[in-house]
Amino acid sequence: MARIALALGLWLALAGAAPIRLITQLSQARIEINTTFRGSEMLVFGAIQYPQGTVPDAPPDIAVVVRGPSAPVTVRQKARIAGIWVNATGVRFESVPGFYAVAATRPITQIADERTTAIYEIGIRNLQLSPASGADDGISRTFETGLIAARQKAGLFTERSDGVQITRGVLYAARIALPAAVPVGDYTAEIHLVRKGRVLASTSAPFVIDKSGFERWVYVMAQENSLAYGLAAVMAALAAGALAALVTRRRW
Amino acid sequence: MDIYLPIAEMSVNALLIILMGGAVGFLSGMFGVGGGFLTTPLLIFYGIPPAVAVASSATQITGSSVSGALAYWERGQVDLRMGGVLVAGGLVGAGLGQIVFSVLQDLGQIDVVISLIYVLFLSVIGGLMLRDALAALKAARAGEAPPARRSRHLPWVAALPWKMRFPGSGLYISPLAPLLLGAAVGILTVIMGIGGGFIMVPAMVYILGMRAQAVVGTSLFQIIFVTAATTMLHATASKSVDIVLALLLLLGGVTGAQLGVRAAQKLSPDRLRLGLAIVVLAVAGVLLIGLTLTPAEPFALFEGA
Repeated sequence: MARIALALGLWLALAGAAPIRLITQLSQARIEINTTFRGSEMLVFGAIQYPQGTVPDAPPDIAVVVRGPSAPVTVRQKARIAGIWVNATGVRFESVPGFYAVAATRPITQIADERTTAIYEIGIRNLQLSPASGADDGISRTFETGLIAARQKAGLFTERSDGVQITRGVLYAARIALPAAVPVGDYTAEIHLVRKGRVLASTSAPFVIDKSGFERWVYVMAQENSLAYGLAAVMAALAAGALAALVTRRRW
Repeated sequence: MDIYLPIAEMSVNALLIILMGGAVGFLSGMFGVGGGFLTTPLLIFYGIPPAVAVASSATQITGSSVSGALAYWERGQVDLRMGGVLVAGGLVGAGLGQIVFSVLQDLGQIDVVISLIYVLFLSVIGGLMLRDALAALKAARAGEAPPARRSRHLPWVAALPWKMRFPGSGLYISPLAPLLLGAAVGILTVIMGIGGGFIMVPAMVYILGMRAQAVVGTSLFQIIFVTAATTMLHATASKSVDIVLALLLLLGGVTGAQLGVRAAQKLSPDRLRLGLAIVVLAVAGVLLIGLTLTPAEPFALFEGA
């Protein structure tokens, strides 16, 4: 609440500048994954700064896009060969975000036309996943649909047409749910202000999702001291087995 | 109770994983199998990435095998000499398995190949055990003496040179036979992410002709070493051993293994074999259905390069 008040103060102080502008704040700059991590929520909020501070009667549309680190993904279609389902033909997509969420004030198709939303990559269908060259357009479309469906099922691609609330035409806020399966890495939250189908202002804010404490320690050990880590795993297994044998032996 | 796994990078229900480990551990102690052939598919079914499932279940098998092997050790049911030869073969096999694994990976169908190998091995071995166990039980019920064992061991085993004595197993055979057997199982250990007990136990009985009492303990003994080597291979090569996942599985596994050993002492060997045969065939059946049934998801995603 204090942050929203601060943002509001900022808006009042800066009001009067010429173009329409967006002021943005994230609830956290860093999300830590610890042993009890079960997913989290990022609050993206801020204020709209109008020229001369005149708030219009009809507030503009806001679209909030949160995306995680991108990585190549190969999508393989399953096909039946001699009664057995195997992974047949595949299409490789060069840049697939590990997480992608859109929240907007209205359904994206109503906010702006296809060209505009495609330019700003607003909406899951407008993601530029860069299928490997050589693949037929129609075929890569089919595979892209499969890829998106799988990501949506895992809660890693989301789209909410009622995800942004605008208060008094000035303050906006969006809650972005981050499931437990979010990949670690660098994230950005992009906020676009759209009016009459045109993007009038955009801003972005970075944040980081990383492992912390014990989780981080284990991960770093496994990566950097893999021999010691492997030995520790074997020792732990041997000790646990021996201990169980000792504890239960007395009862015979 | 949910716990976030640092290597698998996902949140799991800890209680469910412990129970899973316990159930598999019980079978492990009872039948002298590592239980990897159950743990790995179960973990993958739960949503753990396959590489992590294979590597972490190898770690868990080490622990539950120690627990079981110590219990048999106290009864003098471990043949150290035979175990040593099997371990030596197993280590060679694990190295070879790593090579075979990367060749299969390059061919792009590794998961389908693994499932097919599983179905093939499980149904052949399960079928053989079921036939024998049923014949023995039928004979026992009819009040006859159990059918005489055909020969002590297979003819080609008897033909191998440099014979030595394995008093614990009641054998006088060439160490080449267990060495080859250990190597063959070692290859499968790395490829399938299993201890290999379900192959080793029947092979010891049917191929080597070992004394029944020493079979399970000696099998567990060799599993400890081969799975420990597999854990090291996975930890250093693919960095996919999740120690938290392995410890959760162990927590249930070691307890289950002790209960399994106790249960095994109360049952006749023929009933044990019948039980194992049914479990093995059931897993083969489920895997076969999974391979042939139209998948719910028509696409599979492969992250990274």
